[in-house]
Amino acid sequence: MSDTYDTPDTRDMLDRTRQGVIGKPLDRPEGPLKVAGTATYAAEYVRENCAEGVLVGATISTGRVKKIHRDLVMAMPGVLGVYSSERMLRRAAQGTAGEAPEQDVSKVDFPMQPVALVVAETFEQATNAAKALQIDYDDQSGDAQFMPQDVDAEPAADPITAGDLDRAMRDAAHSVDLAFTTPGHASAAMEPHAAIAEWDGRDLTLWGSLQMLTYNVAELADSLGIDPKHVHLLSPYVGGGFGSKLGISHEAVAAAIAAKELDRPVRVVMSRQQVFQSIMRRSETEQRIRLGCGTDGRLTAFGHEALVSNLPGEEFSEPVTQASEFLYAGENRLLAVRKSDITRLTAGSVRAPGEAVGMQALEVAMDELAEAAGIDPVELRKRNLPDEVPGEGTPYSSRRLVEALDAGAAAFGWNKRSAKPCARREGEWWIGMGVASAARVNILAKAEARVTLTADGHVIVETDHTDIGTGSYAILGQVAAEMLGQPIDRTTVRLGDSRLPSGAGSGGSWGASSTGSAVFLACEAIRATLAQALGCASDDLLLQDGKAWAEGVEPRPVTDLLSEDLTRTGKIEPGKLMEKVNQSTYGAFFCEVAVNAFTGETRIRRMTGAFGFGRVLNAKTARSQCIGGMVWGIGSALTEELAFDSRDGHLVNHDLGEYHVPVHADIPDMEVILLEERDPHASPIQAKGVGELGICGAAGAVANAIYNACGVRLHDFPMTPDKLLADLPDPFAPAA
Amino acid sequence: MKAFEYDRAGDLAQAVGSPAMLIAGGTNLLDLMKLEVATPDALLDITRVGLNEITSEGAGLRIGALVSNSDCAAHPRIRADWPLLSRAILAGASPQLRNKATMGGNLCQRTRCGYFMDGRSPCNKREPGTGCAAQGGVNRNHAILGASDACIATYPGDMAVALSALRATVETEGPDGIREIAMRDFHRLPGDDPSRDNVLKPGEVITAIRLPAPIGGRHLYRKVRDRASYAFALVSVAASIRMDGDRIDAAQLAFGSIAHKPWTDERVEKLLVGERPTPALFGKAADLLLEDARGQGHNDFKITLVRRALAAVLAEATGE
Ligand SMILES: Cc1cc2nc3c(=O)[nH]c(=O)nc-3n(C[C@H](O)[C@H](O)[C@H](O)COP(=O)(O)OP(=O)(O)OC[C@H]3O[C@@H](n4cnc5c(N)ncnc54)[C@H](O)[C@@H]3O)c2cc1C
Ligand code: SF4
Repeated sequence: MSDTYDTPDTRDMLDRTRQGVIGKPLDRPEGPLKVAGTATYAAEYVRENCAEGVLVGATISTGRVKKIHRDLVMAMPGVLGVYSSERMLRRAAQGTAGEAPEQDVSKVDFPMQPVALVVAETFEQATNAAKALQIDYDDQSGDAQFMPQDVDAEPAADPITAGDLDRAMRDAAHSVDLAFTTPGHASAAMEPHAAIAEWDGRDLTLWGSLQMLTYNVAELADSLGIDPKHVHLLSPYVGGGFGSKLGISHEAVAAAIAAKELDRPVRVVMSRQQVFQSIMRRSETEQRIRLGCGTDGRLTAFGHEALVSNLPGEEFSEPVTQASEFLYAGENRLLAVRKSDITRLTAGSVRAPGEAVGMQALEVAMDELAEAAGIDPVELRKRNLPDEVPGEGTPYSSRRLVEALDAGAAAFGWNKRSAKPCARREGEWWIGMGVASAARVNILAKAEARVTLTADGHVIVETDHTDIGTGSYAILGQVAAEMLGQPIDRTTVRLGDSRLPSGAGSGGSWGASSTGSAVFLACEAIRATLAQALGCASDDLLLQDGKAWAEGVEPRPVTDLLSEDLTRTGKIEPGKLMEKVNQSTYGAFFCEVAVNAFTGETRIRRMTGAFGFGRVLNAKTARSQCIGGMVWGIGSALTEELAFDSRDGHLVNHDLGEYHVPVHADIPDMEVILLEERDPHASPIQAKGVGELGICGAAGAVANAIYNACGVRLHDFPMTPDKLLADLPDPFAPAA
Repeated sequence: MKAFEYDRAGDLAQAVGSPAMLIAGGTNLLDLMKLEVATPDALLDITRVGLNEITSEGAGLRIGALVSNSDCAAHPRIRADWPLLSRAILAGASPQLRNKATMGGNLCQRTRCGYFMDGRSPCNKREPGTGCAAQGGVNRNHAILGASDACIATYPGDMAVALSALRATVETEGPDGIREIAMRDFHRLPGDDPSRDNVLKPGEVITAIRLPAPIGGRHLYRKVRDRASYAFALVSVAASIRMDGDRIDAAQLAFGSIAHKPWTDERVEKLLVGERPTPALFGKAADLLLEDARGQGHNDFKITLVRRALAAVLAEATGE
């Protein structure tokens, strides 16, 4: 039987099962361990005789390492070795690469790129020796380009074109032609990258902080030049990743190399500064958005062009226009992304690549078009939802955008908004409201999971899938408990061990629906066996609280049907449905801000998000993902910005003190409305992803609210006070 | 981190004249040591030497150098008579940090210039003679007043801004004895020696901060920042303003994050006194204050921001 998902599963299985745990806002089973500090993270494993490694970053922007003065450092107290090899990584692997990224640290691609590892008995000794290590370089920084505008950009992919955009813009009753910029972003996960490597003969065990073990095994093995069967990765708890731990990075390969050389375990923990400087950034963008509509507000012209950057040789380019491909109408279209190669650290996937920055600009442009056309911004969006993907003709699976806009507007009190800016002043503060749509592509990924129903009625779920703080442990257990009719406390989920069946990994919002579907399919196989034992059809089998029955068949304890543990593996692969039907997730953001009339400081007063993303597997973890996404949106709107030095490309604000993610005081009560939806095209469990949706457009709602508050329309994110100041109205003038 | 000796002083006498680097709450010094921006050979812990009381001195107050920032901010007399000081302290850092941070350590906190903190860029403050990478670099947080060719860094703290407005004094004890330094003279401009943030001499220990008798009036600390909490000021204004009818009767002002020290300008205070508060007057005060202001590129906005923050504070304090 093929594992590909080609025909929609419309049986609504999880609505017919009886256990009643699916979708419930259950606590995460590993939560108490995490808050009590007893969940073990990568760097925290106690390995006997473990040596400590610290990476050394290049002090030039680009060039070659000529000589490493090892001797001086080797004489320092406790120092065991200085490593710098052809196999060590210059760059972290991109998500789902499955092979080694750029290796050989005798070359320098960007400032602070790791070029050596110093290992010592203690962390302090290693840090001190790493700092003291003298390296001679052949500095080629003179030829390097550090600013994206200064190089000729190349198309990142073939542009999508239809009709005649220029002409449609000329003919449009209302139009906007706007230029936006968004700065680079950091993933800024709480747990820094860390690895402990330990060899047993040819076998490597590595405790790491990683999002996608199946790919990471391949990447690490390829980097080390060994067979993947000798690599065992353990990542049961991951303190956030947000894309930065999709691929293997410097610390893991360096730890493995040093551990081999020294024949003892080696731990490498990157400092916060190193994580910022050498793992991954989201590319900055320049965007031009052209929108034109008729007097009825229907889009006729839709242009979205972007300039992004990466290191020379990296294929990844921030897919800025990804949601623009399917979200709104407009028969005359141009969508294009160009990429320039510059000397800054690697650009890669940071939570919601593409939509995070593309949608925030698009949604501001929509707001401006609404104003130009004199149409309420909620209404303008509703009028422009196409019946099929423009230019492609693909139908949509489920799309609850209208419901999201309506439900959000009602809950938020959108009708109280004044269409004119500067209409509401409270003391020193201008108050305004903004709206934006949310949209994000949905992906089903290849996944495998093993489920065991033990002879004594316990459910065990096993996959190498990871839980990066999102709730994988919770939801995978819920799917299995629901399908097998066992209470959740008789369900155990084992994750983050590469020896377990290959889950989808956490990334691209696909983990829950993909690995969840593999668990579902494994459970279906178990149900089939149980049904046979009970003497009924599999779909007629009813299971609840450890009992099995069917219409006309007396309930019996499930354990009576089992003579031994029953183990089945479920597999799923994306199939024809991914191409045939556009499966995306949608939502709407409503935001009220206060802008200080004197200082231009913006504070969020309240925010509502309404989202439809298929079946809700756990209302609590889903809500948390939505809130987390909106918080990212607020950061992106107001504070987050990687500041690079234009003279040498190095990152200046490389810690959480200077790279400003929102703090608690920035986040008021957030309201989240989950719109129940079944999307049988997306996955057998009819779920889609929600890990990234909450960001996609959120910053646009904030920006629109700023304009509505104080009348200043900004196009450069983040909207810090310095940018607002110049155009703020006279603070002493009375409100309009 | 570089290996270092650690010792704990049993009393003040052991600390005075010690060649070791003093450590109090450690909230700034330890961070800098981890980054190897500070690489002391020896640390002397002064947290057990006493100096942790707040005592009345006539109408004024003496705050021991080792009183925690939290205790100072919560002290009933300070909240009643010098609320500006409480407000400034509470505008800074986080509760956890304020519990550890001490009065003396707070005054001596170092700049947040990114090139100083990175431990590798040319920086005359960290390594005299190497240059100043902030000029021509990322300098959004840097000074608009009193900068020099050698250094354009700011003093980032909040508490000292309030103390400067309030005309507090700093009591120290050094090998040459006890002296009292006006808060407004405690920090220095960078000139051609930015390595020194303040006028403390080697071996000199801050023992207390003195507040003179309160002048009453309204006390406001306005900290303008990128996020609502846990960020250093883009610009801050400390003000204590007393009205007499519809005229300004007394004005004490200081400005944070715009210079290498909490910035004060008596001419501005004098200009306000005796006047009726109006937006025009606030503008004149800002003109005078910012006469010599000069942006470095990214921080040009601070010139407008100070002007507007000052107007906001004066409007609120005077009820205009
Ligand atoms: C994340 C973070 C955010 C922060 N945010 C803010 C903020 O918003 N606003 C703000 O104002 N501050 C802020 N701070 C800085 C904080 O206020 C200082 O770190 C703290 O006040 C320093 O006090 P301490 O006792 O810990 O000093 P230490 O770190 O112990 O010492 C600092 C310096 O003072 C010297 N020193 C200490 N005591 C004496 C003494 N009695 N005599 C002579 N020298 C002495 C030490 O030798 C050292 O050089 C922040 C700090 C952090 C880490
Ligand atoms: S501004 Fe001062 S602290 Fe910053 S780099 Fe220049 S000299 Fe160093």
